[in-house]
Amino acid sequence: MNAAFPLIFEKDRPGRKGFSLPPCDVPLKPLEELLPQECLRKSRLDLPRLSEVDVVRHYTALSRRNYGVDSGFYPLGSCTMKYNPKINEDVAALAGFASIHPLQGDPTYQGALELLYNMEQCLKEITGMERYSFQTVAGAHGELTGLLIILAYHRSRGEKRNRVLIPDSAHGTNPATVTMTGCEVLQLPSNDKGLVDTATLKAHLDEKTAALMLTNPNTLGLFEKDILEISRLVHEAGGLLYYDGANLNAIMGHCRPGDMGFDVVHLNLHKTFSTPHGSGGPGSGPLGVTARLESFLPYPVTAKDGDRFFLDYQRPRSIGKVHSFFGNFGVVVKAYTYIRMMGARGLKQASDDAVLNANYLLNCLKDIYHVPYRGPCKHEFVLSAKLQKKRGAGAGDIAKALLDYGLHPPTVYFPLIVEEALMIEPTETENKETLDHFVEALKEIAAEIETDPVKIKGAPYSTPVRRLDEVLAARKPVVRWKKEP
Amino acid sequence: MKWSIPEDRQYTDEHEWLQVDEKEDTRIVGITDYAQDKLGDVVFIELPASGQTVSLGQSLAVVESVKAVVDVYSPVTGEILRVNQELTEKPELLNEDPYGKGWIAAIKAGDPIQTAKLLTAQGYANLITDLEKEEI
Repeated sequence: MNAAFPLIFEKDRPGRKGFSLPPCDVPLKPLEELLPQECLRKSRLDLPRLSEVDVVRHYTALSRRNYGVDSGFYPLGSCTMKYNPKINEDVAALAGFASIHPLQGDPTYQGALELLYNMEQCLKEITGMERYSFQTVAGAHGELTGLLIILAYHRSRGEKRNRVLIPDSAHGTNPATVTMTGCEVLQLPSNDKGLVDTATLKAHLDEKTAALMLTNPNTLGLFEKDILEISRLVHEAGGLLYYDGANLNAIMGHCRPGDMGFDVVHLNLHKTFSTPHGSGGPGSGPLGVTARLESFLPYPVTAKDGDRFFLDYQRPRSIGKVHSFFGNFGVVVKAYTYIRMMGARGLKQASDDAVLNANYLLNCLKDIYHVPYRGPCKHEFVLSAKLQKKRGAGAGDIAKALLDYGLHPPTVYFPLIVEEALMIEPTETENKETLDHFVEALKEIAAEIETDPVKIKGAPYSTPVRRLDEVLAARKPVVRWKKEP
Repeated sequence: MKWSIPEDRQYTDEHEWLQVDEKEDTRIVGITDYAQDKLGDVVFIELPASGQTVSLGQSLAVVESVKAVVDVYSPVTGEILRVNQELTEKPELLNEDPYGKGWIAAIKAGDPIQTAKLLTAQGYANLITDLEKEEI
């Protein structure tokens, strides 16, 4: 790849530059007089030397090899890669939001605080929680903070609980979070319908249970219909319920985690609320809690006194700070714009359409790929390519073959409880033609595997680079460019 | 059968194998050919420290492949005498030679000996035949 596409460092030429400075109008002083010895660089900084047009062409060429929601369909399961409306960017770029600094003082950015305050009211209404913190900047960050709050709550009651129950279909971040807090993970096997089994759950609850972490709908795209019974059982055992908001896009306006009995909720604004996601980030994972956990939230929280908005630092029971200031404020501005543009009915419609699109795809594909857990599904579903795998090309190969259709592949090999998993989430923003194109592609690939699996194993054929050696990259990662001596 | 299941050792239904080394009075533990095939190319393994004690059913090692991250559960309670350090540099040995150079740990069983429910090679072959059948 390097031969065809040199790194910007490899385009370095001595003497080339993209700037010209005016003559210096103050007396020159040697650096040694201005900086202490230990701050002086001994060797050249080695930044690449290029002209402006070289730099522009380099990055433009790179950007043309990129693929995003603006270029095409992106059915990456569990990631909710919905279209990000451009008005979000317009609003976030307003000087009153983009050019302020948290240290300039409350009175000078009342508008920004009002936006945070209003956003909190929106999220409370959508999820049925009592209060939110915006310091958490990603889903896993929310999980960690939420679990620390749950543990602080138990400690405040003089209880030592250190076991967290997680279904085997859960996101990998859930058990990782539990391990980070020093607690113990207890994995709950799903039943044959792909759901939490209340009898199994009951058998695992005891005085050590700190919490149950759950997504609803779960990672298989199925609604945990026994959720009220589940939350009753966990609460009776003295545990709390954590809601991983990764799949909120399926249920907005229909039901609320708070009403299901959840005590702590994180949302992924970069999923459900249409802010850039993945490498296009940064993310935002606001954390909501019920009234009894409110005092443990990270400080400061936004508060209102009459007409004045302020940052409340007087939080003696708070678990502390988990990020500087307000996390990624600009992301909150974009998500708030989205919520206000959509309105309550619009958000409900978004969930309706996300579920409709997923069920349409599931029905179009169910006779070609194995369906391990029958629908109807919510906003996403999981197929298994194990029949195709037996013919010689599996989920990973199908993902690569989709690239030749100009489509982003779905999530593969996850959740772990489905062999050769293809996890598909179309989102509400795709039209029928796009969905049909995706179905046709998956049908053609399946047909090709019947006759010529070797061809699919060799895919992709039309991309700038062919199949990369993922194994070598994982075993012997080269994460940094080094100048050859 | 597509997967090799040597007769000279025992198996768990979690796809670990266990072989008794009479001379040393230890039990050598690894993962089966079926397990490595389902995992795909292994890229990393987290090994326990030797000298550590491990309980039956506790995580002995963590294996990461291009597809998944899984725990290897200890099929026996005891003290870990040796671990296969070569796997740190060459995790691919788990794929290439799961019953030989891909061994994971040697464990000295405690007294009384506590092991998982162990299967014979035939018993394990029946188990994976059933697993594969279920999948159709």
